[in-house]
Amino acid sequence: MDLERTAETEALRVRARAWLRDHVPDRPLPSLETKEGFAAHRAWEAELYGGGWSAVSWPEEYGGRGADLFGWLAFEEEYWAAGAPGRVSQNGISLLAPTLLAHGTAEQRTRVLGPMARGEVVWAQAWSEPEAGSDLAALRSRAVRTDGGWLLSGQKTWSSRAAFADRAFGIFRTEAGAAKPHHGLTYLMFGLRDPGVTVRPVGRLDGKPAFAEIFLDEVFVPDADVIGEPGQGWRIAMAATGDERGLTLRSPGRYLAAAGRLTALWREAGDPADTALRDRVADAVIGARAYQLFTAASASRFAAGASLGPESSLNKVFWSGYDIALHETALDLLGPDAERADTAWAEGYVFALAGPVYAGTNEIQRDIIAERLLGLPKGRR
Amino acid sequence: MRFVLTDEQREFARSLDALLRAADTPGVLRAWAAGDHGPGRALWRRLGDAGVFALAVPEAYGGVGPLPVEAAVACVELGRYAAPGPVAETLAAGVLLAGVGGPAAKEWLPGIASGAAMLSLRLPGHGPYALDADAADAVFTVDGDGLRRAPGPGELSVSADPARRLFRPGPGGEPVAGGRAVEAASRAAGDWASFATAALALGCGEELLRATVAYVKQRRQFGVPVGSFQVVKHRLADTLLGLEFARPLLYGAAVELTEELSGGRAGTGSPEPGAGVGSGTGPAEGPPGSGLGTGRGAGSLGSGSGTWPGMGSPESGSRTGPGMGSLGAGAAVAAAKAAAGEAGYAAARTALQLHGAIGYTEELDLAWWLRRARPLRDAWGTPSACRARVLTG
Repeated sequence: MDLERTAETEALRVRARAWLRDHVPDRPLPSLETKEGFAAHRAWEAELYGGGWSAVSWPEEYGGRGADLFGWLAFEEEYWAAGAPGRVSQNGISLLAPTLLAHGTAEQRTRVLGPMARGEVVWAQAWSEPEAGSDLAALRSRAVRTDGGWLLSGQKTWSSRAAFADRAFGIFRTEAGAAKPHHGLTYLMFGLRDPGVTVRPVGRLDGKPAFAEIFLDEVFVPDADVIGEPGQGWRIAMAATGDERGLTLRSPGRYLAAAGRLTALWREAGDPADTALRDRVADAVIGARAYQLFTAASASRFAAGASLGPESSLNKVFWSGYDIALHETALDLLGPDAERADTAWAEGYVFALAGPVYAGTNEIQRDIIAERLLGLPKGRR
Repeated sequence: MRFVLTDEQREFARSLDALLRAADTPGVLRAWAAGDHGPGRALWRRLGDAGVFALAVPEAYGGVGPLPVEAAVACVELGRYAAPGPVAETLAAGVLLAGVGGPAAKEWLPGIASGAAMLSLRLPGHGPYALDADAADAVFTVDGDGLRRAPGPGELSVSADPARRLFRPGPGGEPVAGGRAVEAASRAAGDWASFATAALALGCGEELLRATVAYVKQRRQFGVPVGSFQVVKHRLADTLLGLEFARPLLYGAAVELTEELSGGRAGTGSPEPGAGVGSGTGPAEGPPGSGLGTGRGAGSLGSGSGTWPGMGSPESGSRTGPGMGSLGAGAAVAAAKAAAGEAGYAAARTALQLHGAIGYTEELDLAWWLRRARPLRDAWGTPSACRARVLTG
């Protein structure tokens, strides 16, 4: 049992650190969830691509470095420790791209991955609908067969990044009256500025349009933009939790960096006599290390050929709760300035608040943990 | 990197599991609590034969250690069965005496390694008690830089866990050693006691969760197993979450203790300038702030200057080194102890609640685990003391 990195991983880490030191902007970019900030983050993606750092885990032929999970984890630690900007292309790079690599065609990979890696095409997710949130399989948006493709109609909502993004991916009902709700669904891609698409930005709690509703009225999608076989959309989408993608939504590096900043804030602004607050700072340090080591164990098992499956639900419940607690502690250290909305801690806090809701609510995740890891009987949700 | 147990380590755990399953520990615990040490000593000897106590004893003294990873594996199993006796104390005494050397090491370490000797100890900063001192063959105390063998077990106090018998060794006793070697060995022994107790707490919590999951699957109310109710499931899911995130901290501490023993970088290496957590500029958590200047000198709002305050201090947070970063062995043990202690105790609260009234009785064998979780949380480093150490190293 060891925590040593291979020479290959170490070399990647050292190169990443050097590049980031020379390229990370001196001043924070404007908020990702504003038009101006979105454009600045898109430009940053292009700069990352120029250095070969926008998608380190992809194969080299698509602009990646072919890094394994340990390489990706090391890169992420360096990335967040360097204070680099949030990733506007994360939806595409960590969710759509692995799906294309596993289920897409060579033509799709060639056409989609390059522009994604360069930030030329930013992708939004289109999963939730007004009547299909936690019960995602209840979705109603449909794709109807037409000459050479499909016609999409319906409504998607809570689509992160969709206010400013270019394209979106999601699952749609292609067989009416299927035997079970998660049958007859198809995974496909469409343009957010295609004819028949209306995007209505939605302000999150702090007013920034971090997500949007998408209205679809007979939007044409060519067959070339269907991923995998029609009718297999649920299986393809859910595979995202069964492999390394369950680990890659939020990397330990984010939280190690955040815990370091919190500790620095506490040393600067904390009252040494306030041991209750001190304990919460310590919990942030402990939690970041726990998450780093938990992920190292998962990555070790994955490298040995194991599939990860429902343990990604433990992972998600952990980081989402952790992120909120860390930011609450930071706000408590800021005292009267905690109320200000124009600070990085405040922005991080608002971002963290959504964690237990998106990517499968923590209630759904706890059901999965109880039923699939502990073997408890299914019951009413 | 291979941060998982080897097949041999798993097999070691399975063999201890089989040994302990056959031992009827609730029966042994009842005798132990009544002052009858016979069955407990017999089990102790079998554990010694299986190699448990040799893990803390160097080869020069008849042991195979120190082997922190295997020691953690063993103590998790012992915790799962609530094995009686001063387990953490005997392992720590092995580290203490090996560090001090001399005649006392020669006298006691071979017996520790074989399971023939059971020891207890009291170290500075860890309270006045020596666990199960009446059952121990010797009790060692450290005060300042002086190591002594206590003249006797001292006064008995009743513990919340009747099978943990607390004794308060009196002052004095035969001097064994003194000086800086004792101070260093005492610190190392304290870390090992804390580390072993963390593993015992994790194992205790695992058994509480296992037993409770089994119970809610068979206990029926309103015509269905109570384990089908979402509120029950979610409480158990959170209990598992606590344990599963304490476990890697335990083995992470084991790796750091191993590196420290081999003179590796853990706890001694200085981070590279500008490296890892606690360095860098700008926000890295979520999208950055709007960057409006505050006009204030202190950058504590993390906005405006583009630089987070206090960055680059080597003591802030964990570090990115040649391996996967390090808290330092002492802080890593403290992190593991805080997390495992809290997770084990949370498992006890869950177990009591979900068993209902039967969980509140001494008639249920699970009472031995229910009463043990909180003492294990607090012994050899309370959660608060451990959290303070995580920040101070």
